[in-house]
This record gives sequence, C-alpha cells and structure tokens, in this order.
Amino acid sequence: MATIAQGTPEIAAQEVNYLNVEHGWKSWLFTTDHKRIAILYLISITLMFFVGGFMAVLFRINLLEPEGIFSAETYNRLFSMHGIIMVFFFLVPSIPATLANFLIPIMVGAKDLAFPRVNLLSWYIYVIGAFLTMYAVIRGGVDTGWTFYAPYSSTYSNSYVLAAAFGVFTAGFSSILTGLNFIVTVHKMRAPGMSWSRLPLFVWSNYATGLIQVLGTPVLAIVLLLLAFERIAHVGIFDPNIGGDPILFQHLFWFYSHPAVYIMILPGMGVISEIVSCFSRKRVFGYNFVAFSSMAIAVLSFVVWGHHMFLTGQSVYTSIAFSFLSMMVAVPSAIKVFNWTATMYKGSVSFDTPMLYAFGFIGLFTIGGLTGLHLATLGTDIALHGTYFIVAHFHYVMVGGMVMAFMGGLHFWWPKMTGRMYPEAWSKFAALIVFIGFNLTFFPQFILGYMGMPRRYHAYPPEFQALNVLSTAGASILGIGYLIPMVYLIWSLKNGPKAGPNPWGAAGLEWQIQSPPTTFNFDETPIVTEEAYNYGPLEEVVG
Amino acid sequence: MSAGLLHVHIPKVRTLVLVWLALICLTGLTTGASYVDLGWMNIVVALLIAVSKASLVAWIFMGVRNTTTLTKLFVVAGLVWLGIMILITFSDYSSRTWTYQAQPWATNPAGGTSR
Amino acid sequence: MAETITPVKEAAVENIRLRHHFATPAQQMDAATLGMWTFLITEVLFFGGMFASYAVYRNLYLGAFASTSEYMNVVLGGTNTAVLICSSLTMVLAVRAAQLSNRRHTMLFLVLTMIFGTAFLVIKGVEYHAKWVEHLVPGFNFHYPIPQFQQHAQILFFLYFMMTGMHALHMIVGLGLLTYLLVQAYRRVFNANYFAPVEMIGLYWHFVDIVWIFLFPLLYLIGHRK
Repeated sequence: MATIAQGTPEIAAQEVNYLNVEHGWKSWLFTTDHKRIAILYLISITLMFFVGGFMAVLFRINLLEPEGIFSAETYNRLFSMHGIIMVFFFLVPSIPATLANFLIPIMVGAKDLAFPRVNLLSWYIYVIGAFLTMYAVIRGGVDTGWTFYAPYSSTYSNSYVLAAAFGVFTAGFSSILTGLNFIVTVHKMRAPGMSWSRLPLFVWSNYATGLIQVLGTPVLAIVLLLLAFERIAHVGIFDPNIGGDPILFQHLFWFYSHPAVYIMILPGMGVISEIVSCFSRKRVFGYNFVAFSSMAIAVLSFVVWGHHMFLTGQSVYTSIAFSFLSMMVAVPSAIKVFNWTATMYKGSVSFDTPMLYAFGFIGLFTIGGLTGLHLATLGTDIALHGTYFIVAHFHYVMVGGMVMAFMGGLHFWWPKMTGRMYPEAWSKFAALIVFIGFNLTFFPQFILGYMGMPRRYHAYPPEFQALNVLSTAGASILGIGYLIPMVYLIWSLKNGPKAGPNPWGAAGLEWQIQSPPTTFNFDETPIVTEEAYNYGPLEEVVG
Repeated sequence: MSAGLLHVHIPKVRTLVLVWLALICLTGLTTGASYVDLGWMNIVVALLIAVSKASLVAWIFMGVRNTTTLTKLFVVAGLVWLGIMILITFSDYSSRTWTYQAQPWATNPAGGTSR
Repeated sequence: MAETITPVKEAAVENIRLRHHFATPAQQMDAATLGMWTFLITEVLFFGGMFASYAVYRNLYLGAFASTSEYMNVVLGGTNTAVLICSSLTMVLAVRAAQLSNRRHTMLFLVLTMIFGTAFLVIKGVEYHAKWVEHLVPGFNFHYPIPQFQQHAQILFFLYFMMTGMHALHMIVGLGLLTYLLVQAYRRVFNANYFAPVEMIGLYWHFVDIVWIFLFPLLYLIGHRK
C-alpha cells in the first residue's frame, strides 16, 4: 500500500516493542501510548462484559420457569444492570476505545492520537464511571431499565438510581473525549499522501462514530443531571403531577441514545469492511459509497429518535415524520451490506476465523436491520412495541452485529497487538459455537415477541415456556462460545506461534510495521502513494 | 505554511475596543427594549440582539474570522445540531393538540366515552 | 480588519514546545484549535439540553414564566452581563499580549480577567442569596407569591438555577484555568511561538460569556414589560 522505510523485523532477536519497552505498573497506568491505553481499555471492557453477561445468565435462568425463580424485584434489577453495563460500559467503548484506539494512529500514519494525555484521561474517567456503577450494583442495583425513564427513576424507584446515573454520566465524558481525539486525529494527523479517499474504511466509520459521540453524549449528560436534581429535590421538571413532562426526558434521552445505537454499530461496520476486503483479496466494492454511507448514517441517526416514543403520547404528526426518517436509515445500511457482498463476488474468499465472524455479522445484522423496519413502521410498532420482538431485534444488531464484529476484529488484529497467533482450529470452533448459541438464544425471542410476550416481566404464561427454555439453552451455549476465546487468547500470549508483521497478507499501513509495533509506530513518517485495499495476487504479498 | 511554522493573526486593539463598546451598547439596548411592550416581538428582539452579540464575540474575540474553513464548518455544525434538537422536540409539542379535534368517539355518546 | 502576520524567527524555534507526535508547530496548533472547537460544540449541546427544556416549558406555561421576571434583578443581571463582556475584552487582550511575547501585559490582562470573573461570581452569589431569602429555591423552600403559578414557576426557577449554576460552575473552572495560565506566564512559558494554552482557554472563556449572553434576556428580560 505504501512505501515505508522500516527496519526489517527479523534482525533483532529480542526486538523492542510497545509492550516490552518499559515494565512495571507505573509504565502502564501513566502511559500516554495509544496502544497501551487500548490494552487498558480492552481489559476493562472485558471485565464489564463478563459482569453484564453474568447478569444475563442469571435472568435467563429465572425465565426457565413460567412463574419465575427470583423475585420480580431481583429480576428487574438484573435486566436493568445488564442493560446499563452492556450499553454504556461495553458496547459504546468496545471497538472505538480498544481496536480503533490502537489502530487509527497507525492507519493514518501517525505516532499517536492528537491528544495522548486526553486519551489516558478518558480511560481514567471510564474507570471512575465503572466504579460508580459497580457501587450501585453492589448496593443492590437499579430497577428502572437501562433507559432511566422518568418519573419512575426520578420519583418512584426505590433503588440506587443516583449512583448508576452518575456512573453513566461520568462514562459519557470518557466517550466524548475518545470521539474528540479521533476527529482531530483524522483531520490533522494524517501522513503525507494519506488523502481522505485513501483512508481505510475502518477510519471512516470511526470518524463518523466520533462525530456522534461529540454531538450526542453531552445531551445525555445534561438529561441525567436534570434527572438527578429531580430525584434529589423533586422540583417537577419530569413529574406530570406538578406540571412537568416525562416525555421531555425521553426526547432528550433518545436524542443521545438513538445515535448511540450507531456509536455501537458503525465501528463494527468498519471492522467488517477491513476483514471482508482482506479475506476476499479485493478492494472494497464501491469504496466511496461505503465511506459516505457511514457519514449518512451519522447524520440521519440524529433525526430518528422519536421511533422509540410512538406509544408515549408524542404527536402523531411527529411520529409520522420519525417513521419516514427511520426508514431512510435503511438505505445507507443496505448500501454497506450490498457492497460487502459484492466485494466477495469473484474474490478469492478464504475462511479464516475473522472472516467467519464477518459472515456472521453480515447475516445477523441483515436480520436485525430488517426487523428494525417492522419497528420503524408506525402501525406494526403498536403491536410489537415493548415485546420480546424488540429485545430480539436489538440483540441481533448489538450482539449479532457489534459483538461479532468486535470478536472478528480482535481475531484479525490480535497478531498485530500481541505478536502471537492463536490456535486456528479452536478459534474457528468458537466462532461456530457463538453463531449457533446466538441464534438459539435470540431467534425464539422474535417468535415470543410476535406472539405477544412483553419484555421486562419476571413471569409469563406457561405456553411460552418451550421457547424460553430454548432461549436459555442457547444463552448457555453462547456463554461458552465467549469463554473459549478468552482462554485460548490468553494462552496464546505466551504459547502462540510468532505472527510476523503480516500474517494475513493484508494491505494497510498497520501490516507494514513490526508486530507488536514500536512505541512510536513508525521509524520514519510513512509516505502514502496508493489507495487503500490495493490487493494484488496473493503470492506477492505473503512471503 | 512554509516549514510548518505558525501563522499568527494579531488583532488591532482598536477593533477589540470597538467590539467591546458595541457589546455594551447592545446590552443596554436589549435591557431598554424589554421595558417596551412589543407583544410577541419582545422575545424576537431579545433573541436577535443576543444572536448578534454572540456573533460579535465569536467572530472577533474568538477569531472565527481568521480560522480555517474547517473550523467554521464545525461551528456551524454544532449550531445546526442544536437546532435539530430544539426544533424536532418542539415539533412534537406544537403539533400534539392537532389530532384530537377529529376523534369521533370524543363527542359521540355512542362511542362509550362520556364527557 | 487587517491583521499582521509575524514570521517566526528561526532562532526562536526552540521555544515552541513541540510535542513528540507532531511534525510541525502549525500541525500542533491546528490540532489544538480544532480540538478546542470540537469541545466547545459538546458544550453547546450540553447547555442546549437545558435551553430545549426551557423552550418547551416556556411554550407550555407562558404566563407563569413571564411572571417570574418580576423576581429577577435586572440591574444585577445587566451589571453582570457588562462585567462578563469586560472580562472577554481583557481575555482577548491577554491572548494578544501573549502573541506579541509581552509577558507583563499578558499577566496584567489575565489578572484583570480574573478580577472581572470573580466579580461576576460575587454578584451571582448576592442574587442567589436574595432568591433564598425570598423563598424561591425550588425543591427546598419554594413558595411563590402568585398561588396559581406555584408549580409552573417552580420549573422555571429550577431551570434558572440549573442554567446559571452550570454557567457559574464553568466560570469557576475558568478561573482555575486562568490561575494556571498566570503561573505559566510568570514562568515565561509563553511567547510569540508558543501561546496555544492562552488562546485555547481564551476560547473557553468567550464561550462561557456567550452562554450568559443568551441566559440574560431569556431569564431576566422576558415578561419584564408591563
């Protein structure tokens, strides 16, 4: 892709890289190296993922029996904390703060992000937010649902709303700082010759994500602050009894939280563009369209939030406009899916582990996206709103989409991040298990929702039991599917075979430097002379 | 940008003081205008004056006039997004009452709802 | 509106404090400027959430909102507006002095800005105290003289305290940043080749001024007419 004057990696027996350049806990906790901060984030979000996942296991166990196993109170707290932890502490930072943090400076040919100390600060803020939320969990959790709807959260809920809301408020600032850093880095830190039309699509999608983070998250911050004061002082801003309007809370909340859905999925789409191109050995079909569809999604995401509020008493006319605008988001999303498919057409497709996850993503995201259209349609949403259909829909997008992309990206760049390969057979097996477990868990929920089972209840009529048991069985398979990579990836740190700079024969600046990279990524600033994804015949690249 | 060194735009003191004077005068004007009953125009006048004051601060004091097109674009984007939030939220509140006049069951006793 | 462009002397290049990951001082300055403006956009939307709430409730409860202007002190509010505008002028003069490597003037104007900022907060404190005495603090001792507006006026006063409180918090943070600048200026850190912190904190200070420029008419003046 580019011409770099780079020291050949095989010279040094014990080469210096960002991992072994310094030792001791201080060198990690006070680092400003974007790669080390990405590792810190990776460890933190993995912990949060397993905490959130553990809660999912617990409430899936509860749903084995129609009358429930835990109390309704416990069940409410479990699903609420599952949502809060997974959305704000795993999905939102998942790819941006880890993979993108690691890769964006390298992909644009820079030594670091534009503001390295701000990057470290964002991690500390994230950790503080996580601690506040974990405090709420330990004290007994929150039962409001992840959306903190007022006036329930402000007046009636008898749980630790303030601690959890303040944790989310804090984590929001970490997200803002990450987005800000990416925007400035992409604008100002590109290497000579790295024009916008040569940027990898992963950078494009994370740039679009950064815009959403910067424009949306402050509104979440202020609405949670208003909520906190309403809860403390009861001034009536969201309480209809004394003149407030709870729907205003939902407007401001979804002004952030709908775009946040795209914070969670856009980086995943970027990962898939990289993987599909590499393992089809072709340039991404319609590069410009894929790049601009990311920007279109970012813009449109801000004008569709009302489709969460069709049944709230929102004006019907506004609902009609929101319904139409929500349909529009399908266009750029479909462009991406069609273009990935077209990229594979007549490519030399290989079935390495990252590509398996990419296949999973494309299929599951398509199902998640198309069922989204059911919910964007004003008429059908009235029947499906608040049922398991919605739960299944957003898990197909968030877990089937984003978590698949995260796992795919992690397997794709793991050799770059650690310098080691993982066992191939195990990783393919795990990808298969995840796919099977996922569908077993969530497909029955589409049927349950269509049959009318409402979400967020700890008990249900006995005729729904078979599908619920199937879903819980699937969840346990899915859980195993996530534990296997955890084991072999950690194993590979010491025992995996050395990866070399470019194990996949991939194009892109990150594959032209040593694995793991040195602290400043490049010995000399690279000069980019070619477009992204310049895949020639396989033999020329691997070797 | 030869050698990538800084290009510095140093404003004239006279310009800055004139802008300051204009801002003070506009503050007086908006306070005075609030004592005059203009009906619904009061809020329009108040906001117009506020917007012009804010523009002066941004354009001269914050140096938007000397920044790159990119920075200007970012400033505009921020304001557009603020507009999106306020306008769409407002569209809900202003059109909520439109529907309910046409509901037949609200006035028809046979519809079951007594009023 | 002519501006002079000072060429940087090669001999002074060691004063520019170029951080390791930037190629040139211009790149560093561009990144800082863009980053600061992006941050200010987040601030626009942060305050925007409160302005949106204000707009919605003002539209719903026009009478109650208009009546509250009677309890706002226009003289103190207007004075504070003028004080903030003065602080903006001294701030921009401090930036200018830093750009001209005039350390004495940089420090002088920074101190003046801090004096104006502190004066603003003192006046704001006097107003807050008056609201407490008049039983106009929502949620704690709110008792509105016009009974039919008791609840709706409380929402306005809540927004008043939220908006001005958040604004005052930004002022306090700004004063902290100015103190930092003053120390750095005293240490002779800033010169014609390196003044980015002064300019960036200046942008922040002006932004806080702009927020107040909107708060003043919306909270103090609307409904003031009789």
